[in-house]
Amino acid sequence: MGIQNGQVPFAHLINATFGTSLHHFGWTVPAVLAVALTALIMVLLAFLIEKLVLQHLVGQEPIILFMATIGLAYFLEGLGDVMWGADIKALDVGLPQGISDGIEAVTGQWFGYGFFIDRLDLWATLIAAMLVAALVAFAQYTKQGRAMRAVADDHQAAMSVGISLRFIWVMVWSIAGFVALVAGIMWGTKSGVQFSLSLIALKALPVLMLGGFTSIPGAIVGGLIIGVGEKLFEFTIGPMVGGATENWFAYVLALIFLVFRPQGLFGERIIERV
Amino acid sequence: MIYREAGDFKTSYRDDSQTFPIRLDRWGYYAIMAVAFGIIPFVINDYWANAVLVPFLIYAIAALGLNVLTGYAGQVSLGTGGFMAVGAYAVYKLMTSFPDVSIVIHILLAGGITAGVGVLFGLPSLRIKGFYLAVATLAAQFFLVWLFNKVPWFYNYSASGQITSPTRTVFDQAVTGPAATAPAKYLICLVFAFALAWLARNLTRGSLGRKWMAIRDMDIAAEIIGVNPLRAKLSAFAVSSFFIGIAGALLFAVYLGAAEVGEAFGINKSFLVLFMIIIGGLGSIFGSFAGAAFLVLLPVLLKNFLVGNMGWPTDLAAHIELMIVGALIVTFLIVEPHGLARLWRLAKDKLRLWPFPH
Amino acid sequence: MKLTLAALATTMMVASPALADLIVPNMSYRTGPYAANGIPYADGFADYFTLLNERDGGIGGQLVQVPECETAYNTEKGVECYESLRTQNPLVLNPLSTGITYQLIPRISQDGIPLYTPGYGRTSAKDGSVFEWVFNAPANYWDGASVAVKHILDQEGGDLSGKKIALVYHNSAYGKEPIRTLQELSEKHGFELVELPVDAPGQEQKSQWLQIRREQPDYVIMYAWGVMNQVAIQEAVNIRFPMDKFIGIWWSGSENDVRAAGAGAEGYKALTFHGVGRDYPLYEDLQTHVYDKGLAAGAGDQAGSVLYSRGAYAALVIAEAIAKAQELAGTPEITPAQMRDGFEALDITAERMAELGLPDFGAPIALSCDNHGGDGLARVQQWNAAEGTWSLITDFIEPDAEILDPLIKEDSAAYAAEAGLTARCN
Repeated sequence: MGIQNGQVPFAHLINATFGTSLHHFGWTVPAVLAVALTALIMVLLAFLIEKLVLQHLVGQEPIILFMATIGLAYFLEGLGDVMWGADIKALDVGLPQGISDGIEAVTGQWFGYGFFIDRLDLWATLIAAMLVAALVAFAQYTKQGRAMRAVADDHQAAMSVGISLRFIWVMVWSIAGFVALVAGIMWGTKSGVQFSLSLIALKALPVLMLGGFTSIPGAIVGGLIIGVGEKLFEFTIGPMVGGATENWFAYVLALIFLVFRPQGLFGERIIERV
Repeated sequence: MIYREAGDFKTSYRDDSQTFPIRLDRWGYYAIMAVAFGIIPFVINDYWANAVLVPFLIYAIAALGLNVLTGYAGQVSLGTGGFMAVGAYAVYKLMTSFPDVSIVIHILLAGGITAGVGVLFGLPSLRIKGFYLAVATLAAQFFLVWLFNKVPWFYNYSASGQITSPTRTVFDQAVTGPAATAPAKYLICLVFAFALAWLARNLTRGSLGRKWMAIRDMDIAAEIIGVNPLRAKLSAFAVSSFFIGIAGALLFAVYLGAAEVGEAFGINKSFLVLFMIIIGGLGSIFGSFAGAAFLVLLPVLLKNFLVGNMGWPTDLAAHIELMIVGALIVTFLIVEPHGLARLWRLAKDKLRLWPFPH
Repeated sequence: MKLTLAALATTMMVASPALADLIVPNMSYRTGPYAANGIPYADGFADYFTLLNERDGGIGGQLVQVPECETAYNTEKGVECYESLRTQNPLVLNPLSTGITYQLIPRISQDGIPLYTPGYGRTSAKDGSVFEWVFNAPANYWDGASVAVKHILDQEGGDLSGKKIALVYHNSAYGKEPIRTLQELSEKHGFELVELPVDAPGQEQKSQWLQIRREQPDYVIMYAWGVMNQVAIQEAVNIRFPMDKFIGIWWSGSENDVRAAGAGAEGYKALTFHGVGRDYPLYEDLQTHVYDKGLAAGAGDQAGSVLYSRGAYAALVIAEAIAKAQELAGTPEITPAQMRDGFEALDITAERMAELGLPDFGAPIALSCDNHGGDGLARVQQWNAAEGTWSLITDFIEPDAEILDPLIKEDSAAYAAEAGLTARCN
């Protein structure tokens, strides 16, 4: 989401672990309330990040913003560790897990063998689809959404037509924080809350590259191509070359793809002038 | 008062274009070199060599390499860790295959091999630019690490995939392996760092460097004035990878002594070196050294201070250290995006006028 | 710069502790991606020595100092730790990381400092005739692989021909260690081996488990560490792999690893080379002398957990070796070289374990000049999700020496040739 704004959200998954740790911290309160509380804190965090960091980096190159978010990630990780310690916390917000019996039985009848679909993944898909729909609608049809896209295009131009950069940034980081919170809860349910979650976020980058920046459909299609591609590759070619190919497949695919289409699948064509 | 240009007359073009035009700078440089070569080797102990100076020099070489690519030629790379791995594995294969050839030649060859790999992964830079390229170089990072982990030939079919550096000597002094003494390790790294810094300085102010900078500032414009982008970009990748390969070779052979690719040359290494050049200063030789010194010394210093002096628990100290490093990176990016090199320059400018600023 | 260096120099001078105590550093990791595993181990290690200091006044009248150094499971920090600890004259090092162990083996061999790597590190270090300074008793990775296969043999009535066993492993030096052994064993017993690497840190292993679902192996053996453990067990639960046919190495068998998977992890098995839980007389002493006095290391909430027990067990073996070394040297102030002799003469019998307050906790350990690894006995524990406890389901199982000994000889001979060593102990 931060991409929409020309920012690269490396810090987000850290945000997410941060959020879920916080959530865990409030274990005596009901889960829903804790999630709401965490979301509120994410907004506060977004505000602080804007105030202390991004405000000062207006108009910088993307790579500088990227580095800044990595620095931020370090900081938040350290802070989270100091506050809650580095050990694992189990997280249970009541999301179902495990194989889905219905699907296995039905596909078993149809195809002669059962499909394996994790219920957590089903839920994740559902929630992700809802989030994406909401975000697309937000970016396309609301005033703030359009302002956000303008900011992504050009900070200076956006400011000159009267868009408040600060407001947009706080908003974007809040949204990003919220999305990260959802992602963090998903991952946390799976492997417990701990700080080794941070590197997963990096994989969002080739997805965006493949789909093209500034395009939500691109992100979805890119995500599908890479998600399906890397699993199929690992599954079919993987055993022949010794496995564990998932780590690099996404990047190599993005690299090869970009050589032929530098702006990504749905990205806007880059026009260069001297 | 002391630091000034007045009275320092240049009578030839050669004098005019020297690296240190101000006399005091020149003396300072000679003094530092004299200390580095003449005094430190005699007083250095194992802790200082292995925990501070050797990693500092090695990372400085890596930072120089990345600075050539990112700071001078404007091509952002996140594949540094992968290229260092190429250097490390190349030197390992060379050391074990040709034990009679001098280690210095092996290290240089390892740099050359890395340069070749760098050019290969640099090819997409002709089509992909800026941030997209940075992500594309991640492909090099992850793919190379996977490759060295998977193909047993690279680690001589050892059971665990670890590579261990055998003992090799230079002038009958062991520089790698467990028998290497602190001064020997320090000196070999220093010689490489010195020679490569000299090379980098002279490359970047020559015609090649000007081409790189033209590409960095605007590649289309550079093309119009007659810079061949293919050659300029690929030469930047080659030179940069040569440096990084040597850094990787030294890191493995001299500093670590044993390495495992995923752990020693992971993505964190790429970020670390990128942080070094950003904190030190993009497009500055001094900046590469300053950034490396900053990020190598800071954790050691913080650890010794917090745990040793304050008696804090080690985990709290490590977490606080993470926070401080993160905060410093952000602060630097906000306050001084041009890094320590720029601060240094500002300080010198102020000093030139001191104590009579008007 | 100069200021920085000066400050650094002063801090380092202040940091060195008083001499003449016994120095046993704790190279721990309480931060980083493997912190969840590092914390209980470090706590157990430190608490045992605190107990000795508080209850017995140290070992042989000498207090034991346990300076802690944070490695974050990172080899470069490990080197820094080694160099700073070395100035304090440590008796023995225990880095709890296979990567750091590989790094340190050449250095400690040069510097003459014993390295104790129980259950991890370089397997062929068992061969004391080549690895003079390294000890890895009571068991090593290859022992683990062999014991796991023996347990499977027991389950299957002694015949594995035509069976399929999958190995899910951490794609690093550690995870690759057992492959060779398992290959040999598969030849001997006629089972098919499927190797499935998972890249560190191991959050993503869906395709590996899909492969397991497709291949339908009869058993899965796992060599994992850190977050990979929890994810693997969760994925196994998700594909409904029968948990009692899923066997982890001892590093994949702590409470942290199974708890996240909830009730589904019921019946998961893991190897161990020591007992579990708090039902040992030692804990009464720990309670009175350490916990009640507020001297527990870390947060003090790890007592009795698997990795805490393992840390304490490592400390116990070291303490016994120190006592042995003092006895041999005839003085309580021993040097690292005497410490090595102590290790080589180590003989911890079942009676001695009972005396120490840990009856039937670990197998007897008897080392010699050329056996630095003990007998490699290990047992199987099983997780009870409802009660949240591990229970031991087998007695100590002996590994298959017929397969392992030649492999160890081969690997240590290769190291000796590479490093130009000649065998000792003749």
